[in-house]
Amino acid sequence: MGIVVVDVMLKSEILDPQGQAVAGALPRLGFNQFTDVRQGKRFVLTVEGEVTGQVLAAAREAAETMLSNPVIEDVVSVRAEPQEAQSHA
Amino acid sequence: MRIGVVTFPGSLDDHDACRAVAAAGGAPVRLWHGDDSLSEVDAVVLPGGFSYGDYLRAGAIARFAPVMSALIPAARGGLPVLGICNGFQILCESHLLPGAMIQNDHRTFICRAQRLRVENATTAWTSDFEQGDQITIVLKNQDGQYVADQRTLDELEGQGRVAFRYVVDGPGAPAPRTYDRFARRSPNGSYRDIAGVTNARGNVVGLMPHPEHAIEEGYGPTLDGLKFFTSVLKSVVNA
Repeated sequence: MGIVVVDVMLKSEILDPQGQAVAGALPRLGFNQFTDVRQGKRFVLTVEGEVTGQVLAAAREAAETMLSNPVIEDVVSVRAEPQEAQSHA
Repeated sequence: MRIGVVTFPGSLDDHDACRAVAAAGGAPVRLWHGDDSLSEVDAVVLPGGFSYGDYLRAGAIARFAPVMSALIPAARGGLPVLGICNGFQILCESHLLPGAMIQNDHRTFICRAQRLRVENATTAWTSDFEQGDQITIVLKNQDGQYVADQRTLDELEGQGRVAFRYVVDGPGAPAPRTYDRFARRSPNGSYRDIAGVTNARGNVVGLMPHPEHAIEEGYGPTLDGLKFFTSVLKSVVNA
């Protein structure tokens, strides 16, 4: 079983209301050092067998066409999850 | 005139949209998200709601519904299409209209009668208005903040493609409310107070507020919404 991880973030110039909600609540717990919070999305795509170059290419295409909207978001990374990380999961 | 109204899983306002089409004198045709064809309708309304739960992004999954494979090329070919609220989000995700919708800047759901200014009265869906008309229809959304980059916004303004703008000041603007922390700005933080846009050809229009909820005495703030539907019936006749 192979795993591809896709990370998507709102572009820096787009206001992030979710991040702002979190940023507003952190000081209530005493976390005063964080001046800003941006919240993103992680997609974990599972395939049977290994993560080949072809699988990565398909994940990249899915990331650009459906998992993100290029008008407001950036695909930050598309990467194969290392095998040892999986065994700990 | 046969006006299609698409129902996606999670559509909420499809029945009201059908009712508005009928009130304007058209024949509503129910279309299903899984349909491969548009049943030869003369125009299409994408209604409000939360298609597929809007779990990925508002409208993002609906954009890939089978019915959209028929609708996208038809819209590019000139078929009049109106996207209301979630329908607007779907049109943006489909890249039939520029920009995108994100969560309201004040992070709360908004539901109120909203005054708009008609900025472009030459589209298939706005020709019964005059440019500069102020109308009041229903605004209710969570993800209603219209965003686009500066170049796109300048292009929209330059080409007269801002169809509707929120009236945020002056006579007729809604009174600030206690929960409305951004009362002096657009009701959802939309860039340049944009409430709706059109494509260059004027056949595809999307807006966040709901004309279909303002077509009938006793329901909704006005009857201003009816002109969207009478406009398209005339544009179809004249096409």
